[in-house]
Amino acid sequence: MKELMLGNAAVARGLYEAGCEVVSSYPGTPSTEITEEVAKYDEIYSEWAPNEKVAVEVAFGASVAGKRSFAAMKHVGLNVAADPVFTMSYTGVTGGLVIAVADDAAMHSSQNEQDSRHYAKAAKIPMLEPSDSAEALAFTKLAYELSEKYDTPVFLKMCTRVSHSQSVVETGERVVPETSAYEKNIQKYVMLPANARGRHPKVEQRTLDLIQWAETADINRVEMGDTSLGIITASTSYQYAKEVFGDKASVLKLGMAWPLPVEKIKDFASEVDRLVVLEELDPFIEEHCKSIGVEVEGKNIFSLLGEFSQNLVAEKLGQPITEGKKLDEVIPMRPPAMCPGCPHRGLFYALKENNCNVMGDIGCYTLGAAAPLSSMDACLCMGASVSGLHGFNKALGAEGEKKTVGVIGDSTFMHSGMTGLANIAYNQSNSTLIILDNSITGMTGHQQNPTTGLNIKGEPAGKIDLEALCKAMGINRVAVVDPYDLSACDKAVKEELAAEEPSVIISRRPCVLLKSVKTQPALKVNTDKCIGCQSCMSIGCPSISFKGGMAVIDHTTCVGCGVCQQLCPVDAIER
Amino acid sequence: MNKTTNIMIVGVGGQGTLLASKTLGKLLVSEGYDVKVSEVHGMSQRGGSVVTYVRFGEKVYSPIIDKGGADFIVSFEKLEAARWLEYLKPDGQLITNLQETDPMPVITGAMQYPENLIEKMEATGAKVDAIDALSLAEEAGTSKAVNLVLMGRLSKYFDISEDAWMKAIESSVPSKFLELNKKAFQLGRA
Repeated sequence: MKELMLGNAAVARGLYEAGCEVVSSYPGTPSTEITEEVAKYDEIYSEWAPNEKVAVEVAFGASVAGKRSFAAMKHVGLNVAADPVFTMSYTGVTGGLVIAVADDAAMHSSQNEQDSRHYAKAAKIPMLEPSDSAEALAFTKLAYELSEKYDTPVFLKMCTRVSHSQSVVETGERVVPETSAYEKNIQKYVMLPANARGRHPKVEQRTLDLIQWAETADINRVEMGDTSLGIITASTSYQYAKEVFGDKASVLKLGMAWPLPVEKIKDFASEVDRLVVLEELDPFIEEHCKSIGVEVEGKNIFSLLGEFSQNLVAEKLGQPITEGKKLDEVIPMRPPAMCPGCPHRGLFYALKENNCNVMGDIGCYTLGAAAPLSSMDACLCMGASVSGLHGFNKALGAEGEKKTVGVIGDSTFMHSGMTGLANIAYNQSNSTLIILDNSITGMTGHQQNPTTGLNIKGEPAGKIDLEALCKAMGINRVAVVDPYDLSACDKAVKEELAAEEPSVIISRRPCVLLKSVKTQPALKVNTDKCIGCQSCMSIGCPSISFKGGMAVIDHTTCVGCGVCQQLCPVDAIER
Repeated sequence: MNKTTNIMIVGVGGQGTLLASKTLGKLLVSEGYDVKVSEVHGMSQRGGSVVTYVRFGEKVYSPIIDKGGADFIVSFEKLEAARWLEYLKPDGQLITNLQETDPMPVITGAMQYPENLIEKMEATGAKVDAIDALSLAEEAGTSKAVNLVLMGRLSKYFDISEDAWMKAIESSVPSKFLELNKKAFQLGRA
């Protein structure tokens, strides 16, 4: 059946059809929907793991047990999972094992734009790279064949424009390969030095074998057109090249990012007058071409930064581009902001009022860095708020400890905040960590996590008690506040910063966008009372604007949280 | 080169632009076209400026639309129409909601919400179809149906049967809200 499918959903469909049986992932834009879609297939066991390293290790265990398994993550998630991944390259697999990694060129929702293809080369693991949903489905299935045939994990490299674009796919039936009973294989799977030394030569031979496969594989496809220009390309860049040139150029479309073919590239180069490599981010294919003695143009023309488009490709390669008429007007930017009723807002207001230094973390609350709250000093990666807070305080002593906090979400704390807190408890910095517990993984669109008490399918599951956990880790002072209560937030922040020992504040209220949260009717400004002081606007709620000398509340977006009411000196905001 | 029709759906994160593109995508596939829809998920959805590209034709390669490339821009908010106007083809059609949602620089007082945007956009020579979609959505029963009002208005520019549109809406909208959304669509199409 033909249907329009999101690239991520097509990967999930590929997993279903390939007979994958165990899926473990941690959410991360733009990879999240793969696992959300998998969860809709009851034939596949799926779960949200606390982090990507755990997810990959779960997939490893399932593979050792003989089943086809899978883990998905965003590009920076692969950094977290890198430790098991590099050694899984040595162990290889029993059941096929595929790891999807989704890059985010242009950083739509990420903290860097690293190019994951380097991991394939560094870990010596083959990587397939689809360019639309149909290939996402087909390459997922192919990845399992390669995984089992060559005894290797296989990467499936996605990117924002493949993951989050819908295109037409043709679906097929699910076929689960037959598996034999589990047998121990200590030399293959116990990576003691002696065994690992035995595995490494197999890895090197495997890469040579895969290069041979790459020479003839039909996913590395030559589309001959006009031979005055030859373009070597992959992923979404292939689509831009075809959009601009059609058959007015020849294209070598590489479906496997690693290992790359040698003879196929040399043959293609010999057929065309001018040869250009078109790839987003790093010159990965370009450097390979140069290393095999093929002269190409690439990053001398195209940027190392951001995403490409058909206009960009056309312009850089001397083709006409379309242009539109720009309005001669300064258009205010519209950056993302905390939602109306967001439980993070009240807590951040307390941090702003107390002029805190804030070591931040990854999640919706990173938006606390934006005006008017402007309450974040650093944000690096998952978990760095906790460990960074400790380092900051060790460096500055009381000067830091009395005004510095770390902020981290419930899911991010489970992901990699706990080890940082263990360090605070063990090495005793007088640190104040705030866990922003909104009872969900928010930014990626509401995924369950170990603190929510529900599993990926929304069924009852194990639930970690954050207060008990922090106490068990050696934190004696654990306070819980409702972030809708501004004075309680202010009191807790003041008290815990003053305390002469490590402490944790849990700011607890579920994300206002959760279906289970009942919102209140919109609030109104009593125009007879409003004095236009704009106190209510200091919290940066998108529902409040200032018109005609008075505050105005947008009734279509206000959820009646009441935080602004607490700031009004004349009680002009009414239910 | 084959003829591809390009539609951009722009608005403020949370306004329901994704449902609109989902409905449109299903409709166009059912009409036998090759279709690509490119969306934005994640952080930008939190009240930021969002854009979805819908492209259809005999064979579609790129999932995105460039400056000067859109046959249609459907904007859920007036300032967003102005922001993305540059993406409209010289003979393209802009459909915009008259609703104003202040962005953070306006809320904090750092900037003003620009005035007379419809007139200014028309002055560039752009074809502008402005509609008070919020009032029509509220007439249908909920402010959340702005997306269906705007789909209704867009439908006037296509030679596709109302029946086919309704089928696409039925397959995209939860049955609980179906009647309300159909009404919103018809108010926009009227």
